[in-house]
Amino acid sequence: MLRYTLRRLLQLVGVVLVLSMLIFGWLRALPGGPVSALLGERGTEEARRELTAQLGLDQPIFVQYGKFLGRALSGDFGASTGVQPGDSAIEIFLQRFPATVELSVVAIVLAVLFGIPLGYLAARRRGGWLDNLGVVGSLVGVAVPVFFLAFLLKYLFAVQLGWLPASGRQTGGLDATRVTGFFVLDGLLTREWDAAADALAHLVLPAMALATIPFAVIFRITRAAVLDVLDEDYVRTAESKGLTTSVIRRRHVLRNAMLPVVTTIGLQTGALLAGAVLTEKVFAFPGLGEALALGFERRDYPVLQLMIIMAAMVYVLVNLVVDLSYAVIDPRVRTR
Amino acid sequence: MALLDVSDLSVVFQRRGEPPFTAVDGVSFSVEPGQTVGLVGESGCGKSVTSLAIMGLLPRRGAVVTGSVRFEGAELLSLSARQMRDRRGRDLGMVFQDPLSSLNPVIAIGLQVTEVLERHRGMPRRQAMVEAADLLDKVGIPDPRRRLDEYPHQLSGGMRQRALIAMALACRPRLLIADEPTTALDVTIQAQILALLAELVRDTGTALIMITHDLGVVAGLCDEVNVLYGGRVVERARRHELFRRPRHPYTHGLLASIPRLDAPRGERLVPIRGSVADNIPWDHGCAFAPRCPNALGTCVEVTPQMDEEDGRLLRCHNPVQENQEVPA
Amino acid sequence: MSGSVSRSGSRPPTLGGRKERLDALAATAADGPGDAGVSLAASAWRRLRRNPVFLLGAAIIVLFVVVALLSPWLAAHDPTARLLEGQVSRARNEIPAAQEGFPLGGDQVGRDLLSRLLVGSQQTLMVGVFATVIGLAGGLLLGTVAGALGGWVDSLVMRVVDVMLSIPSLLLAFSIGALFPSPSQFTVILAVATVQIPIFARLLRGSMLAQRGSDHVLAARALGVRPRAIVFRHMLPNSLGPVIVQATLVLAVAIIDAAALSFLGLGNPDDSIPEWGQMLGGAQNVIDSHPNLAFWPAGCIIIVALGFTLVGESLRDALDPKNRR
Repeated sequence: MLRYTLRRLLQLVGVVLVLSMLIFGWLRALPGGPVSALLGERGTEEARRELTAQLGLDQPIFVQYGKFLGRALSGDFGASTGVQPGDSAIEIFLQRFPATVELSVVAIVLAVLFGIPLGYLAARRRGGWLDNLGVVGSLVGVAVPVFFLAFLLKYLFAVQLGWLPASGRQTGGLDATRVTGFFVLDGLLTREWDAAADALAHLVLPAMALATIPFAVIFRITRAAVLDVLDEDYVRTAESKGLTTSVIRRRHVLRNAMLPVVTTIGLQTGALLAGAVLTEKVFAFPGLGEALALGFERRDYPVLQLMIIMAAMVYVLVNLVVDLSYAVIDPRVRTR
Repeated sequence: MALLDVSDLSVVFQRRGEPPFTAVDGVSFSVEPGQTVGLVGESGCGKSVTSLAIMGLLPRRGAVVTGSVRFEGAELLSLSARQMRDRRGRDLGMVFQDPLSSLNPVIAIGLQVTEVLERHRGMPRRQAMVEAADLLDKVGIPDPRRRLDEYPHQLSGGMRQRALIAMALACRPRLLIADEPTTALDVTIQAQILALLAELVRDTGTALIMITHDLGVVAGLCDEVNVLYGGRVVERARRHELFRRPRHPYTHGLLASIPRLDAPRGERLVPIRGSVADNIPWDHGCAFAPRCPNALGTCVEVTPQMDEEDGRLLRCHNPVQENQEVPA
Repeated sequence: MSGSVSRSGSRPPTLGGRKERLDALAATAADGPGDAGVSLAASAWRRLRRNPVFLLGAAIIVLFVVVALLSPWLAAHDPTARLLEGQVSRARNEIPAAQEGFPLGGDQVGRDLLSRLLVGSQQTLMVGVFATVIGLAGGLLLGTVAGALGGWVDSLVMRVVDVMLSIPSLLLAFSIGALFPSPSQFTVILAVATVQIPIFARLLRGSMLAQRGSDHVLAARALGVRPRAIVFRHMLPNSLGPVIVQATLVLAVAIIDAAALSFLGLGNPDDSIPEWGQMLGGAQNVIDSHPNLAFWPAGCIIIVALGFTLVGESLRDALDPKNRR
């Protein structure tokens, strides 16, 4: 088990290495190269030459890559050019990281909390109204552009009904103590209940928008997995032993059905950042997604490359966790 | 009183948008306490569906079960799902064909045995574990204590089937149904499992319904044999009677298609023509008629009834005569 | 095909399973050996014809394509003409309402919304089709080359593919879109298509690997069929099923992703030729006051994406040997 974990971590290093090459190539592929990208249209010929030398672009390509890698390893991805001009990319990352984690956790918890039980019930009552509604709903859910759904929620619950705040992480001017950077957690730790509630209220709409696609996918996978397992011989064996329905459901059906669901949850968690880009932009939620959205809009390459590397690392790490938890559920993996 | 009395049992599958499909068509037989009864036939003849109907394991929706299944005088078909659940595993046990897919892959063998003991005998987990080790030992699994913590994929095919038998017999049911228990196993293991079943049945006094397509299995085990074709019993006889003198052309064909070591040199194996695929239902004449070497004109017109003759039941217009050479 | 038959054969008899086995068996027998792909398609089609989900999806797609083709004649007005410009007031935040001849009103600069929606279907269809075709072609090339050559080429290609797959695909599409300082319809298509390349490559190679050890390929090799012929005549045709399913689903994803690119300002800035995603992305600034400008293109996108998804999912079900019923 330990060796397996170590091997997977080693793989992660490989992935990041290849990824760094891709990103290095990506920057080189920029029309006009990184100099134009950094200086934009306004760069003079002299400034260009200066920056070229400064960035070491006059050196052989493998030297350049080595330097790029060295800087990246020391956390130096350069200064932001568009999102928060002047701030270092890593600073922006650290500052916004808790916001997105908070949002993602709430979103994935919502998706799992509703997706698994509803998927299970839909499978148990196959062809019933819940099943049909759920299947249709999950198909429609995947077809709706995330940012449009975010707009819809905002328009309905914030603009029209005014039940929930339309933007931000916390109401401005609220006197809240910062401890961890996770606003809800901070509020709970410092017993500033109003601050925690306010932060939570700000999370509801963006989290709902972000949770839609993971919910739809988890619902469908759970439903399909339970249907598959219900057809399995070992469920019939359990029935032939006269076990109670609750034991059969818990021990024999759910446990086996969870295997593909766990994988799905991992994949969806890893992919949340893409949805966060759109959702956070709609709700002006100051997280990584919003920084990325701004970065794309303003072509802020230092910020973008850091964020993309981090996104890929999170994705691979989440999948490692998934594989490890797989081993906990499935002895066939554990004892191989 | 018979332990199990099945009479006029029929199972019709109904799927939306498809014509109803009769899998079992008025089957009757009974099992005495401690007796071993065989249900024999090709796949699709209704033998497995019969056993599932007895166990109450057919889907509630889509399968219509009629007739009567009496166990120790009590009608099983009229029991509620919950009452049937109380009986399964306690009064009636079942062993299935494929031991790997029949065991839950993510649960240790020990728990899969003890869950029956906990359910029906109210044993606490710890005591059940001791009992489970004992059961595994009884079915011939070496080092049973260690096996309790192992998972199905760590056991060999024969061990898995032994474990399943241990689960089915854990609460000492009066009736065990074994549905092709050896088909998925290697030939050498098959013999071991059959010997084990025979021994257990003898020692515990459990009645056994042996479901198989393999007359070789029947030969070593069963007191009485029911041959099924197209969802109906076509011949029933004591084992020795059946093997010595098969009367129904189908039974005769099944026996003739088994390779025998003691057959005279040069004797050909005689296969049964066609397959169950092209059978026709029993409404017009005999369902076996299209494949039957003995078929007469009446066979395709008049549905044969079950007749009793010298201690056996037979559903045939033109049974095989003694010493008759049946043309292939 | 041979795999599915033997699988159902080795499974214990399931209830009513006999008819399915016979169906499968009959299908193989009917088409004769070596034509397994045809029988699979034929039996899939038989099930699809009666599937209301597939029929609904197909109807949506047909309607969409017909509208796209006929839109120049369907549109009452020139989608680029600012016919209602006089009713637009930026200061008072006014946009032309529905009126005689303009059932959906005008857009931010006074162009007829309905005409733009109708004509927009063309570009939307184009984005979807081109993105899918480019992604499929790239994936086909990579997957086939990697699968056919094997060795270090295979390892390298697949490593890069895996890394690309380890970035959420939408994020990757944004990154590629951000590569171009001046975005256009072409860069949008390119961004959306590139993301699909590793997905198709992975799919194709996976299906090739699975087939390499399968009975029909072994048989062909035993008969001395040349490797190239095996790849093109046996393996690729058999991979067609999953590829068609994936391509149908990608059509939906491409249209949605294109809209997301527009929303982030990575779309085509030239809005003289309308496209739904661009119309939706462009409506974000006025959505609170004039949600209809977003609702109409969004509704169109959702319905069309749903159509492709429904067809893709029902195709997947129909081609899955597990669901032969």
